[in-house]
Amino acid sequence: MIRSLLSGDMPRSLPLALILGCILICLALAPFLFPGVRTVDTAARICIFIVLVASYDLLLGYGGIVSFAHTMFFGIGAYGVALTSAHMGRGFDAIAIGALVGAGFAAALALLIGLFSLRVRAIFFAMITLAVASAVAVLVSQLSGLTGGEDGLTFKTPRELGPAFKFGKETFDGVLFGVKLNGKLLAYYFVFIGALVLFLTLLRVVNSPFGRVLQAIRENDFRAESIGYRVVYYRVAATCLSASVAALAGSLYAVWLRYVGPDTVLSMELMIDILLMVVIGGMGTLYGAMIGATLFVLAQNYLQNLMGAASELVADLPLLPELLSADRWLLWLGVLFILSVYFFPAGVVGRLRGKR
Amino acid sequence: MSAAPEHAPTMAQATLADRVGPYMPVLLVPLLALAGFLAIMNPASWLTLTVSGLAMGMMIFIMASGLTLVFGLMDVINFGHGAFVSVGAFVGITVLMALGQMTAAPSLLLNLGAVLLAVIGAILATGAMGWAFEKVIVAPVYGHHLKQILVTMGGLIVVEQLIIVLWGPEEIYFNRPEALKGAVTFAGAAIEKYRLVAVVVGLAVFAAMRWVLRRTKIGLIVRAGVENGEMVEALGYRLKLVFVGVFIAGSALAGLGGVMWALYQEVITAHMGNHAMILIFIVVIIGGLGSVEGCFIGALLVGLLQNYIAFIEPKAALISNIALMVAILMWRPMGMIPVVKAK
Repeated sequence: MIRSLLSGDMPRSLPLALILGCILICLALAPFLFPGVRTVDTAARICIFIVLVASYDLLLGYGGIVSFAHTMFFGIGAYGVALTSAHMGRGFDAIAIGALVGAGFAAALALLIGLFSLRVRAIFFAMITLAVASAVAVLVSQLSGLTGGEDGLTFKTPRELGPAFKFGKETFDGVLFGVKLNGKLLAYYFVFIGALVLFLTLLRVVNSPFGRVLQAIRENDFRAESIGYRVVYYRVAATCLSASVAALAGSLYAVWLRYVGPDTVLSMELMIDILLMVVIGGMGTLYGAMIGATLFVLAQNYLQNLMGAASELVADLPLLPELLSADRWLLWLGVLFILSVYFFPAGVVGRLRGKR
Repeated sequence: MSAAPEHAPTMAQATLADRVGPYMPVLLVPLLALAGFLAIMNPASWLTLTVSGLAMGMMIFIMASGLTLVFGLMDVINFGHGAFVSVGAFVGITVLMALGQMTAAPSLLLNLGAVLLAVIGAILATGAMGWAFEKVIVAPVYGHHLKQILVTMGGLIVVEQLIIVLWGPEEIYFNRPEALKGAVTFAGAAIEKYRLVAVVVGLAVFAAMRWVLRRTKIGLIVRAGVENGEMVEALGYRLKLVFVGVFIAGSALAGLGGVMWALYQEVITAHMGNHAMILIFIVVIIGGLGSVEGCFIGALLVGLLQNYIAFIEPKAALISNIALMVAILMWRPMGMIPVVKAK
């Protein structure tokens, strides 16, 4: 049962299995284990980023293609839901249509970019996605009539997903294990189950013959082509698939935040975060995405405070407080990123599975 | 014994398309200028826009040329190239601001001296940085594109953050030296002096680069290395050393481009290199990775098109470069002047 759910891709290492199980249980029971607005928000962000990072890993880890447009696809999904919800009114139909249109649009755009760049050489893809993504980001902030510009869009999700909606009054008196049964709880589980389904789907994809061919292309594209696989076709298909899953993750994010803006879903910083999560967790395995995203989001939320404290400790020394201030955390991430690509290319999962 | 088949060679004249084909990339620039003229229909504004487009193209070329050579020679793709642009701009402008008296004086000689010192400072700083970047960041990941992209991107982030640590997160505004302010009027069109200077400097850099690549021994080795590196090494040249030299030169050129870009914009931010990178990539791709001439033509096309479109339809200017790239890749998938690799 578990084996077929995981598509035969078992963790293959006891510590890894324990960590993954722990993450899964914590996320599944987050509202009950860690009640509190901020912690539940963190848990939801982790769920969404696991899917986003896993979809990026399909491209980077399995396909061996670097894309800088992944946040663009994420943003397309988020804006899709935001726009339909804002124009069609609150409702699950608006969310569904927005998510589907977003995913379809993302896939179509990925197909276009892929056809242009991947048919020549994979390296073009990285540069062209960077150019297109930045153009789209600027475009979104300029078309303020449609997208709300820099301010972004605030919209309403269905009443059932908002904190004002209460349920379970008759049976549990509206409270279960000390947690109020309201729409926010439902929204969390909406995000959690959506993320779980998407993650398992991705796991199915990478362990299918399709995923195997992608790995073969990553290892030696010339040889894969000689054996008779059409490299461009597989690479473009992986791009489209990963783009549409990223868009769906964006839709979940929009539903959770009830807000989209260029800084939250389209920024270059987000793209760098995703890269870091993939590399830290381990490229070429979706469990790496799970661990990387969890570690990173936790660090992002709690490490910055630590850096602020450290910066105050050395306030009298020259330059050090500047280097350690919480705003400079991207600097240390960059250093960490370079070091992990050099010394730690298989990431946490690779280490735990005991291969280099 | 049958007779030999009748021998009738035909000497068909090559069609016009065949004859023009090889020169087409070069012809694109005047064609684009002509198209711009027809679309604008106002000689004065057209001249202003053309000069500013050429100036912009020259600056992009200076920044991009190093990147394309580095790729051609060693198959190294440097996503951190933008960092040199930022560092060059910050060092150059810091020098320029320290020489406030020289830049504020109305004397042409003093002004140019200050700019020259700023440029030298920037070139030295980015050249040294290029050397360190090559040693620390790029050298361990030769022959591995995926890691190169990731690691150099990481390098870009670190350098950008270090700039913020050293110079602060705010944008820095400054004034151009007196002699470079203002405009000259020619045939009813106002042309900023600085843009003319940029065009002249860009042409000089291109000419010098072509001279080095075509007329000197080192240029010969570089061109041969681009075409077939293994063969050059087999002949006894230490290509690795040549490559480090090219990397340093390319970084220094990016620094020079950074100073010029900063003087053009009159504002510097830590992210300016990152923004410039996008134009640089477009130029390098449409020119053909590894080709200096292609890079030059590509840069001029991007500069001209951006200025024309910004005048005709400001909102479309953003997409115009992407559209140009798509059009050129449809026409020539490897770029306008693809580099032929003997492999």
